[in-house]
Formats: sequence, structure tokens, C-alpha cells
Amino acid sequence: MIAILAFYLFATLTIVPAIAVIFARNPVHSVLWLILAFFNAAGLMLLLGAEFIAMLVVIVYVGAVAVLFLFVVMMLDVDFASLRSGFTKNLPFGIIIALVLLAEMVVAAMAWTAGPAASGSQIAATTQPNIVALGQLLYSRYLLPFELAGLILLVAMVGAIVLTHRRRGDTRSPNISKQIRRRPGDATKMTQPGVGEGMKL
Amino acid sequence: MIGLTHYLAVAAILFTIGVLGIFLNRRNVILMLMAIELILLAVNINLVAFSAYLGDLTGQVLAMFVLTVAAAEAAIGLAILVIFFRRRGSIAVDDANRMRG
Repeated sequence: MIAILAFYLFATLTIVPAIAVIFARNPVHSVLWLILAFFNAAGLMLLLGAEFIAMLVVIVYVGAVAVLFLFVVMMLDVDFASLRSGFTKNLPFGIIIALVLLAEMVVAAMAWTAGPAASGSQIAATTQPNIVALGQLLYSRYLLPFELAGLILLVAMVGAIVLTHRRRGDTRSPNISKQIRRRPGDATKMTQPGVGEGMKL
Repeated sequence: MIGLTHYLAVAAILFTIGVLGIFLNRRNVILMLMAIELILLAVNINLVAFSAYLGDLTGQVLAMFVLTVAAAEAAIGLAILVIFFRRRGSIAVDDANRMRG
């Protein structure tokens, strides 16, 4: 009973904020609705027993992606009202497209018949925790794709930095080759001054 | 009893909302990126639901990869958005005609 209630709670709180994301007038509100949708989608994944993915959704989507969106929305000085000009013009056509798409997916879901493994429609009881099982799979069978995922993140990081980095002309920058050429001998000098003679600089 | 179909329905509705968001906000790139995140979230819910009901963890591994790509896509997309705004002073997509495409 509580599981059914929790499912409908999380499902409603995923879908309603998702609608609010695309209809909100203020983009900051859109991002905040998006965060709510992400949290409740993580709840749905928890109900499915995928604890690791649920936590990953919270950490990656809410902690990184949504905050990134929030930063960009707040930092860019954009007139968002003018960006909504085509909204009502696109609305009928967009809703028609969306309904057709939804109908297609419903038909596909109806035509799809569950195989013997899924027809039980019961979550299989696992002997070990989800995170342990996932880690064993990830570091054995899917090791190469896992490394490639890390590489994708590295490329994204380097790409984002290179794209947004701006070389400014009005600031002084260090001469790197001169700094590297400098040796300890040029910079420091060992002396042995006698007592009371003082140092000559 | 909550079955696989329930989760698939939630994911389908979420996916449709994402596509609708792209259609409605044709000028606002930030909202289009958010709609893409919604679509990828729907895909993730589908993958995790199938993974749970088929008793196969591969779906969750794939969901993790989708998450990775979504994060990378958001970072690169927002970086492109920032330099576009810096050059043109606007983020309306229909202004993006410099390449005469």
C-alpha cells in the first residue's frame, strides 16, 4: 500500500514540475522546478531498488547540472520576455506533435508483450546490495566503457574551459618561459657573514 | 500493484513533455537544454525500470552512461550559449544565422 502511494506521489511530483519547467515565465523558476522533478525521479528510482543511480541523479543532476543552469540563467543578462514571443504561435502545433508522440508510445507499450523474465512483474530479490553488484559489473565487464565515460567528462571539461576562456588584453600575465628558465643559482646566494659585520644587499 | 507499465507510462509522459518543451520554446536555448535534460531523465527512468523488472543490472550501467553524457552535454551546451551571448548579446536561436545555414 505504501509502495503504491509512494509511486503515485513521486510520479505526480515528477510530471507536474516537468510541465511547470516548460511553461514557467521566469527561467530561474524553471530551473527550480527542474530540481524538484529530478529529486522525485530519484525517488522513483529508489522505489525500483536502484539506489546508486538514484543517488547519482541527485548528485549529478541536482548538484551539478541544475546549479550550472542556475548560474548561467542568473549571469546572462537576457530579456526572457522577448524570447517567449513565438510561444502561443507554436502552442497548437506543439501540442499536436506531443499528443501524436504520446499516442505512438502508448500504442508501442500496448503492443509490447513482456518476455518470460518480465512477466512476473516483480522486482527480483537480490542477495547483495545494489551498489556492490553495480560496482562489480562496472569494474569487470564494463571497464572500458566506464573509462570512456571518464574520458567524455574530461573532454567536456576541457572543451567548456577552452570555449569560455577569454584572453584579456588589459591585464599583465606572467612570462612563463622566463619563469621556467630561472634556476636556484640565479635567485639565491649563500653567504657567511661574520658577527657584527652586517649584510650587503 | 505497481508494474513495469506504470514506470514506462511515467517515462513516456516525461519524454513527451520534454519534446513539447523543445517545440514551444523555439527561441530560448536555456529552456531547450532543460527540455533535453527532461528527455534524458525519461530515458534513464525507462532503463532503470527495465533493469529492475528484468533482474539485469546492465540497464543501470547504461543509465549511468546516459547520466555522464547528459552532464557533458549540459556543460558544453551552456559553454556554447555563454560565448554566443558574449558575441551577439542575445540567446535567441533564430538569430543564429551567421553561417547562413
